[in-house]
Amino acid sequence: MIRKFAALLILAGIAAIFTGLLFTYEPDAELNTTARYYAERTAADIGAANIVTAIVVTYRGLDTLGEVTVLFLTAAIVGLVLARGRRRKEDRHLAPVGELLATGSRFLAPLIILLGVYVFVNGHLTPGGGFQGGAIIASGVLLILLADPCRCLSHRIIDTVESVSGLFYVGIALLGIVLAGGFLDSHLLPRGELGDLFSAGAIPLIYSLIGLKVGAEFSSILAHLSETEEL
Amino acid sequence: MALIAMAAGFILILIGFYGALTNRNILRMIVAFTVADTGVNIVMVAVGYMRGRTAPILDNTVPAAAAAARIIDPVPQALVLTAIVIGMGVTALMLAFAYRFYEKKRTLDITKCTELKW
Amino acid sequence: MSGLLLALTILLAAAMIGAALVAILGKSMPIAILAAGLVSLLASVLFLLLASPDVAMTEAAIGSGLTTFLFFFILGRMRGGEHD
Repeated sequence: MIRKFAALLILAGIAAIFTGLLFTYEPDAELNTTARYYAERTAADIGAANIVTAIVVTYRGLDTLGEVTVLFLTAAIVGLVLARGRRRKEDRHLAPVGELLATGSRFLAPLIILLGVYVFVNGHLTPGGGFQGGAIIASGVLLILLADPCRCLSHRIIDTVESVSGLFYVGIALLGIVLAGGFLDSHLLPRGELGDLFSAGAIPLIYSLIGLKVGAEFSSILAHLSETEEL
Repeated sequence: MALIAMAAGFILILIGFYGALTNRNILRMIVAFTVADTGVNIVMVAVGYMRGRTAPILDNTVPAAAAAARIIDPVPQALVLTAIVIGMGVTALMLAFAYRFYEKKRTLDITKCTELKW
Repeated sequence: MSGLLLALTILLAAAMIGAALVAILGKSMPIAILAAGLVSLLASVLFLLLASPDVAMTEAAIGSGLTTFLFFFILGRMRGGEHD
């Protein structure tokens, strides 16, 4: 009882702060300096139609590298925490998958993965990008996992895709120091016409690699969690 | 509109904190954390919204020359994009540790975890 | 048009708060998890109304899709423990 009372007291304090924030909030009438810089310079400097993508991949590219690293660490720790004492797959006795489910999932999974690829390849033109596309790819893998729990998903393929795309990502970032203005600079490739698929320098390439890496990391987390044994 | 969204976000944060503070079931605490996470994201996006402007994507209706007067602030959106992905990673980690906890104690009640209590 | 958007925003906000209350106070664990996923899904529609399609896509795919499945994978392995 005292625990609940203390919790409510803390919440009342936080609620008072939030109310103060809410009633004194005044929306800006104009963009602030940073946002104005991004809005005015993106088309000329970077050549990406989606300004959020330009910020995520180029202007704040180092943050994204850190974010992908955090995700990699998460996937590694989830694997480490869940790996101990796992039973072999062959011990599980499950009814065989029905014909309809097997065929349907085999038909749908490549289409879902193709949609994910489309989303991250067009990340600099339309809403979407590496993280969204990666999540869609992971949901395709999730369909395979759910439709056929007996099939052991190959961790080797997932790990290879993850490491190779990560290596290429850092490699392109380092090439930026030599061939362009600095680390993660997108001016490696020509800027192109605003709105074309092959435009915005190295952004489509970098975002595709991020998409593959994020997709592999999410798939690895899902595969590890789905392979935990029943307690 | 932004004010309503912001108020809803603040209320979600409060509901999530209440759930995390009063529940003793570890899975319910994690659910409460995801609700609070969503609330924080809504508040951040609502801060960047401006009345009568459109999404920060350049095309025929939003030419590059007039972009600064037509689009909303793209910086909070880039931040929230990061926050959602990291939030999912944090949730996966919390769930993995909850699984290990259950494996060891055969219960989800965190008051049964007494090793670090004195 | 603006009035319609305003009504939709209020409706979404009310539905989100209701779903969040179900997620925190509801008795059954699977329903709580689904309600938390519903909060994310409604939030992604709200992001779309707030002119942030990038965030809306991320929230729909990650926040409401993958996270819900993570919870169900773990919940499925903990039969019997969820009523503590």
